[in-house]
Amino acid sequence: MATQTLRLPHTNVSRLDRHALGRRLVWAGWVALVLAAITSVSVGPTGLTLSSLPQAISAALSGSDSAADAYARLVLLEVRLPRMILGAFVGASLGVAGAMMQGLFRNPLADPGLIGVSSGAALAAVATIALGSSFAGPWVRTLGAWALPVAAFLGGFATTMMLMLIARRHGTTAIATLLLAGIALAAIAGALTGLLAYVTDDRELRDLTLWSMGSLAGASWQKVLGIVPFALLLLLAIPRFIRALNGLLLGEAEAFYLGIEVERAKLWIVTLTAAAVGAAVAVAGTIGFVGIVVPHLVRLIAGPDHRIVLPGSALLGAVLVVVADVVARMIVAPAELPIGIIMAIVGAPVFLHLVIKRGGVMSAP
Amino acid sequence: MIRAQSVTYVAGGRPLVRDIDLELQPGRLVAIIGPNGAGKSTLLRLLTGELKPTAGRVLIDSQDMATLAADYLSRRRAVVSQHTPLTFPFTALEVVLLGISVPGLEVSNPGAHRLAQNMLERLGLGHVAHQTYTTLSGGERQRVHLARVLCQLESGRCPPNETAILADEPTSSLDIGHQLLVLDELTRQKSSGRAVLAVLHDLNLASAYADELVLISDGTVLARGPASEVMRDDQLSEAFGCEIRTNRVPQNGGPFLLPQSCAALSSGPGSYS
Repeated sequence: MATQTLRLPHTNVSRLDRHALGRRLVWAGWVALVLAAITSVSVGPTGLTLSSLPQAISAALSGSDSAADAYARLVLLEVRLPRMILGAFVGASLGVAGAMMQGLFRNPLADPGLIGVSSGAALAAVATIALGSSFAGPWVRTLGAWALPVAAFLGGFATTMMLMLIARRHGTTAIATLLLAGIALAAIAGALTGLLAYVTDDRELRDLTLWSMGSLAGASWQKVLGIVPFALLLLLAIPRFIRALNGLLLGEAEAFYLGIEVERAKLWIVTLTAAAVGAAVAVAGTIGFVGIVVPHLVRLIAGPDHRIVLPGSALLGAVLVVVADVVARMIVAPAELPIGIIMAIVGAPVFLHLVIKRGGVMSAP
Repeated sequence: MIRAQSVTYVAGGRPLVRDIDLELQPGRLVAIIGPNGAGKSTLLRLLTGELKPTAGRVLIDSQDMATLAADYLSRRRAVVSQHTPLTFPFTALEVVLLGISVPGLEVSNPGAHRLAQNMLERLGLGHVAHQTYTTLSGGERQRVHLARVLCQLESGRCPPNETAILADEPTSSLDIGHQLLVLDELTRQKSSGRAVLAVLHDLNLASAYADELVLISDGTVLARGPASEVMRDDQLSEAFGCEIRTNRVPQNGGPFLLPQSCAALSSGPGSYS
């Protein structure tokens, strides 16, 4: 792992002070998020554009009754705004979940999408959709709108726990085992998801296919509500787990010596990330690579301290997904691409770059 | 202060530590010596509270360590591990800062930075403070972690005579100059009142620096006491499984040994005497 260093010369890093840089990065993240949000609500196939946005907002606030205003209000409040907010929370959740898993597994390649957590969540969500009218009927009726996010959470949680059990031996994570086990679990989940497709009708099948590629189409306030509680739990927990995650980078024994209740921290981190990833999968399908690209960028700029990595990943994750969604809507307008495809086109090369640059990572303990 | 009471630790059906009593006292440096696989590191990890004994108890003051919170323990004792792999590109200074618990999202605490920087300078590492940890040499990394551990106790705000440092081979990848630097630092910590325990492989350094030597072999204590009592030919030869001859330092009569191949020693007595 000796090759794993920043490209910046050390002396420059010291002069710039990475923490100061990190703070600026967080501020820049907020600015970028506001700009991305404005762009997101002013782009789309209907007439609502940046120049007519103020009018639409005032119409929405005043409750004017004219037909044009009502239309603009509808587009803004029921289509674009929930979609933007959904994208921001999905992105923030995936970014933070990726950063936390990388800290927990002490490896920069751990990503919920890559190691099967998203697939596990997707399997549980698809099972809920496909079996909702038969086996899972009572479950769906009891939980109502929450059935999908809760199922996705349970799927993600179960997958993460299985990974931890398989890959952790003698207090350390065998990285090769982790990645291989993750690939295997993802394959199993994918196969079972495929089988479930046979019990769906044509329309459900098309929905499932598009959904499995990841998309914010069909965003609604109900979906926003499906992710916001889980995302907020994860985001609000950030300050509590900074010290634990920083300590865990030195290994579990060292983290314990530093005063961290390791088992408790691990369980919380796994639960919270699985919940947020599960909810993200439930409302937006599987959007890959956010969890790997975003924390990597933040670390590249501001170093691996979780005080910057976690809030930075939340902000950049939100920005990335909102912007990718804008691109997905613009590139073949008036149709749109699944956002998962955009993320894969951007994310996969970054991931490859990581693997090549950190050549020794597979052999690391 | 930290006391092991007839501690036994069994892993995989094999007893690694058998019925050992050991006490760390404020202002004393205890060195654990013994051959590879004797159970030295296991004993150290039992004393840190990380491993729970299979039988017996480890107490801090009079409380069972197994019942105490990690946060409380971190203010009473700090541990220098044998290997601390770190795959993320922290700078040396940032690694040391990990020892100081800065709350929540607060990114730069001037006091913490000053403490960390001072500690690095004291251990001869001021010039590498902003270098990436993974580019440092083995010896530099070891001292970075010692600096981190010292910062942990400094910032824990416990009076020195209520704290302990446990170091597992803190000098293993250091040249002689830096071995002395580290052991002098541990001695300074001891003088400030802290209890110090170090696993050491260099028997000469152990006898020169420790107030008490504990010779361990096959999970049990073979001998303990001042260097003059422990560094005896018969005991060392038995523990290390080869014939060992010690000699006396002319100035103070303390024991020392020169490395000599076991074959050479057994071929004829009196190579030096």
